Amino acid sequence: MTATTRDKAVAEKAATVEFRRLRREFGKTIALDGLDLAVRPGELLALLGPSGCGKTTALRLLAGFEHPDAGEVLVDGQDVTGVPAHRRDAGMVFQSYSLFPHLSAVDNVAFGLRMRKVRTAERRARAAVLLELVGLGDKGERFPHQLSGGQQQRVALARALALRPRVLLLDEPLSALDAKVRLTLREEIRRLQRELGITTLFVTHDQEEALSMADRVAVMRAGRLEQCAPPSELYGRPATAFVAEFVGTMSRIPGHLDGTTVEVLGQRLPADGEVPATPEVDVLVRPEAVHVAAEGQGDARVVATAFLGATTRLTVRMADGVEIKADLSTHEAAALAAGTAVRVSLPRRPVLVAERAH
Amino acid sequence: MARLNPWRWCVLACAGLYFLVPLAASVVFTVDVPGQGVTFDAYTHILSADGFLSSLLLSLELAAATIAAVLLLMVPAMVALRLGAPKLRPVVDVVCSLPLVVPPIALAAGMGTVLKWGPEHLSRTPLFQTFVAIQNPSFPFVLVLAYVVMALPFAYRALDAGLRAIDVPTLVEAARSCGASWPQALVRAVLPNLRGALLNTSFLTLALVLGEFTVAQLLGFQPFAVWIVTVSGSQAQLSVAVSVLSLLVTWALLLALAGFGGRSRTASRG
Ligand SMILES: Nc1ncnc2c1ncn2[C@@H]1O[C@H](COP(=O)(O)OP(=O)(O)OP(=O)(O)O)[C@@H](O)[C@H]1O
Ligand SMILES: [Mg+2]
Repeated sequence: MTATTRDKAVAEKAATVEFRRLRREFGKTIALDGLDLAVRPGELLALLGPSGCGKTTALRLLAGFEHPDAGEVLVDGQDVTGVPAHRRDAGMVFQSYSLFPHLSAVDNVAFGLRMRKVRTAERRARAAVLLELVGLGDKGERFPHQLSGGQQQRVALARALALRPRVLLLDEPLSALDAKVRLTLREEIRRLQRELGITTLFVTHDQEEALSMADRVAVMRAGRLEQCAPPSELYGRPATAFVAEFVGTMSRIPGHLDGTTVEVLGQRLPADGEVPATPEVDVLVRPEAVHVAAEGQGDARVVATAFLGATTRLTVRMADGVEIKADLSTHEAAALAAGTAVRVSLPRRPVLVAERAH
Repeated sequence: MARLNPWRWCVLACAGLYFLVPLAASVVFTVDVPGQGVTFDAYTHILSADGFLSSLLLSLELAAATIAAVLLLMVPAMVALRLGAPKLRPVVDVVCSLPLVVPPIALAAGMGTVLKWGPEHLSRTPLFQTFVAIQNPSFPFVLVLAYVVMALPFAYRALDAGLRAIDVPTLVEAARSCGASWPQALVRAVLPNLRGALLNTSFLTLALVLGEFTVAQLLGFQPFAVWIVTVSGSQAQLSVAVSVLSLLVTWALLLALAGFGGRSRTASRG
């Protein structure tokens, strides 16, 4: 089968998922407050947001472990809110290690097939293939306590895929692992997900993880969807100030809004997107968009430098005490040690403005 | 394992002496009859005594029924508690500890009163038959009821320790996302990981039932413990022989249970 026909077959088979005005309260806490979200067939969608914004709750609603107070969960256009968890066809990998301690790796993976009454020989064979797929072909007879954390999560992934689910749900599967394992496993999950073309929801509060893995990233805040867009768009054109500051680093520079232009750092730049009603605003800028040049009479000073490899991040304090972060290539930054007087400017491009923060 | 330095040896030896000396003395007393040398008469006498086998069997049946009842009652209840209402745990904790503060003699007296009062007031209802049936001397179910209550504190502690060691909600959810229904999730994912706790519960219940005297005696039944006291009343040597024997029987049963549990554990661990 060629790649394109396979992709087509995958796209036809993969499921769509849709959350419609989902609401869920736990006592006084509102975990989900009218969440609307659509996941396209075969895509990997990352749910990103600060702790407690309802990411896990959304996932558990889809898996059938929670029930919404209001709203619908649609899979392939059909409301599944009444379907019990074990008939939802959703494979899930949990944040905590969730392998069955009394079963070997192979038997863990084969557990779902056993529930489907597949014969022993056949289900062990299929489980072995899946273990091979996650790179643990030789560890099948090990018990969970004999596997490392990363290996356990791989087995959990194989177990979640064993029943060929329509959607794959990953709830911070990498958060308990160390940085290096996290990186390799991240790539592996992505590769597998592409190969199988399975619609996937991936919860994380690590923005780098979300941006590097996902086809689209949904940023949540307090139980609602803030923005759902491809990583590059999310980073380059954040729809709201919250998204702008949550994804990547943003500096706030006070400016004065005048119609649709904003005066900042002695420059007049067009404002991008929606503008607040008040004239006193903050301009949001990414570190890589800030120009810094040495200037003897400049009233801004470099207060700190941090070496990041190819680039160096400068922290510049303005005369009024505002701090701005700027990324410069390391050889440019060599001339700008801490204490140097500098001048800061912005490129002539539309800028994002937000209400002044206090 | 910790190294056994002289100090620890000393403690171990003292503890050993404390347990073994009385036991050895008892054994010597039963086999060394003055004027006859070493003889096992006392033991052969017990084995041939009237009611040995029947009372032992009755005790074993009662123990089996009690273990089954305790496990069937407590395991689902405690798993449900973990999953559904973790906040209720302190309440259940207190309720399950209550039998510890009610002396068995009070329990027996209370049950005796009810058993007497019940049939009088219910003689015209089908409940009368129930009262008769649970007091059937060949299998007094009423004792099982009493033993379940008395075993409750131990069973609760043992099961609680087992449940604490595993993450029940996550295991159940993992099983459910693998297509297991509720009962399947419990039987296939949770219970196998509670084997140690189930075994401990069975241990404690077995030991309790085999050694229980007060309630059985007061309600007028004759399981092993009661039979031992009845038999031993007449002869000093016999009475000691009987308690040595009952100790050995209990040990043998506990070892059998442990061996059974241990074997299946290693088998499943491959
Ligand atoms: N079973 C529950 N009982 C009570 N409150 C709950 C329950 N589950 C979640 N909540 C509350 O709902 C809110 C959202 O929880 P949720 O677990 O969905 O957050 P999250 O986005 O996954 O956070 P994190 O990144 O920390 O995992 C939180 O305020 C949490 O305290
Ligand atoms: Mg969470």
